[in-house]
Amino acid sequence: MLIDFFYTLRSARLPVSVKEYLTLLEALRAGVLDDDGGPSVDKFYYLARTALVKDETHFDRFDRAFAAYFKGVEMAADFTRDLPLEWLRKTLELELSPEEKAAIEKMGWDELMETLKKRFEEQKERHEGGSRMIGTGGTSPFGAWGYNPQGIRIGQDKGRNRSAVKVWDQRAFKDYDDTKELGTRNIKVALRRLRRFAREGADEELDLDDTIHSTAANAGMLDIKMVPERHNRVKVLLLMDVGGTMDEHVHRVEELFSATKSEFKHLEFYYFHNCVYDFMWKDNRRRFSEKFPTWDIIRKYNKDYKLVFVGDATMSPYEILQPGGSVEYNNEEPGAQWLQRLTQAFPKYAWINPEPQGVWQYRQSIAIVQQLMSQRMFPLTLSGLEGAMRLLSK
Amino acid sequence: MKFQGSEQYVATQDLMLAVNAAITLRRPLLVKGEPGTGKTMLAEEVASALGLPLLQWHIKSTTKAQQGLYEYDAVSRLRDSQLGDEKVRDIQNYIVRGVLWQAFTAEQPVALLIDEIDKADIEFPNDLLRELDRMEFHVYETRELVRARHRPLVFITSNNEKELPDAFLRRCFFHYIKFPDADTMRAIVDVHFPGLRKELLAAALKTFYDVRNLPGLKKKPSTSELLDWLKLLVAEEIPVEALQTRDEKVSVPPLVGALLKNEQDVTLFEKLVFMQRNHR
Repeated sequence: MLIDFFYTLRSARLPVSVKEYLTLLEALRAGVLDDDGGPSVDKFYYLARTALVKDETHFDRFDRAFAAYFKGVEMAADFTRDLPLEWLRKTLELELSPEEKAAIEKMGWDELMETLKKRFEEQKERHEGGSRMIGTGGTSPFGAWGYNPQGIRIGQDKGRNRSAVKVWDQRAFKDYDDTKELGTRNIKVALRRLRRFAREGADEELDLDDTIHSTAANAGMLDIKMVPERHNRVKVLLLMDVGGTMDEHVHRVEELFSATKSEFKHLEFYYFHNCVYDFMWKDNRRRFSEKFPTWDIIRKYNKDYKLVFVGDATMSPYEILQPGGSVEYNNEEPGAQWLQRLTQAFPKYAWINPEPQGVWQYRQSIAIVQQLMSQRMFPLTLSGLEGAMRLLSK
Repeated sequence: MKFQGSEQYVATQDLMLAVNAAITLRRPLLVKGEPGTGKTMLAEEVASALGLPLLQWHIKSTTKAQQGLYEYDAVSRLRDSQLGDEKVRDIQNYIVRGVLWQAFTAEQPVALLIDEIDKADIEFPNDLLRELDRMEFHVYETRELVRARHRPLVFITSNNEKELPDAFLRRCFFHYIKFPDADTMRAIVDVHFPGLRKELLAAALKTFYDVRNLPGLKKKPSTSELLDWLKLLVAEEIPVEALQTRDEKVSVPPLVGALLKNEQDVTLFEKLVFMQRNHR
């Protein structure tokens, strides 16, 4: 019976291994649940969680899979897909008239969102079967207002010609997941080129040469000499483009970020959208409340920080060249000026572009950024990374 | 052996179950949670509740896995050889036993705490896989195999500064200590301050959760900070009225420095209070 449970968890994309499953069985056989009034589902839940799930960020997924299994329902909803709630809300707000909004306010946003989410999951399943959609049942709260997910274009916000001049819906950008370990090994090897070792801190290592020398000088009596261990001293300031056209590169950028995070001790990172303007942010969920002025960033870090941009540089040229060209707010100074200020403040800089090099020449904005970066743009490939690292370590 | 919480430590049901599973199967228990939720305390309390001696291994960024097993002090052997010391003939004299060795060879079962494992190098947990799984290791210098007489009860704490490798995680039970809800918190405070007046506790807890729920704090105050603060409140004999405000607005509580450890947080907090006053 528990085999099914195990596979339910696996299909919910929980990284559960056979060993952990056997541990759970062992614990059950050893009677961990037996005291304090005997086994119960609650206790089994806790035991299964402590034995099978090793990361608190997976708890939520586990809870849902557990519930699904113990209700005897086959899991049809896709647990791996998480609807960005904030974004749904924003999109809905844009689509609704003021009266409708007032009606929703009465019902409560959270409740509505929860229902919508549930419907969305249900609908995915039914949709594949080819029957009904949200909003046609007549009794659902959504039907009353007469829209459906297609009407509000869930998941279709990207401009097709990739040069949208105004993006109105402010999506809740997902933070890049830096926990990805798969496939990062090659990237790490490339990043190793950027190592600068220096000895710093407490004396911990035997300095063999010096010890021999001073022992000899000491007429053969030992004289131990110690030196501090070597550490990577390179400092990196990483600025990353998120959202919009970057969505399709998320996977590779995640890998890059994951590799850099563990490779460099002094790594500072900030996010921007399309082009750098007068502020950046560190947390995509709080990007509108926690802003870091670009001036502060320029002043805060020394010249010896290596500046690395990661972005596709694909936008409308206005966004770089014109004041007020940003798609998100009214920027006083053009992005080009900010890029220049940054490259002046940090003499070692490079731009890493996840777009394939072959298409660069067809995008006007890439050419402009190339020029602003004095041709220091590299593709996000192993050879491109190596090239960038070689340039930065010069 | 069963752990049921103790007089000084309030354990929730899921925590007790995790600890008991680890005790029964003698597998390591990995404990994570916000700083100040009592991860290290847990090991101490379980050890004393079960009457086991507790061996502690505090990990620093320079700690190597080998140091937990043993170290061969080649330098002092070299020095002794120059001085013609008789000791030098036996290599055993220069093997310094680490915490794991002590735990494995102890006469009775022991509890072992590996504290803040995430502080060490990224490869550190990988170097301990076999040792924690089979509870044995090989001493290269003397060609002996050290095997645990009694599998020690291992607690490992992590503050999540680094990801731990999957192979390591698979060998552990895992428990995440949630930040306690108000009821659990009351029980915890009761354990530490048995005679605390009800009104003072209620007012203090309300202030505490208000402060915690402020958006944008860099370091949220945790259980241990609440306990410190209460201790101060009691010691300074702060009256209950100082904590209560007539309306529902937040005010700067007395001795706020015990709760907020960061001058940016204190400024932010004062600014918020100030803004609220002006909105009246």
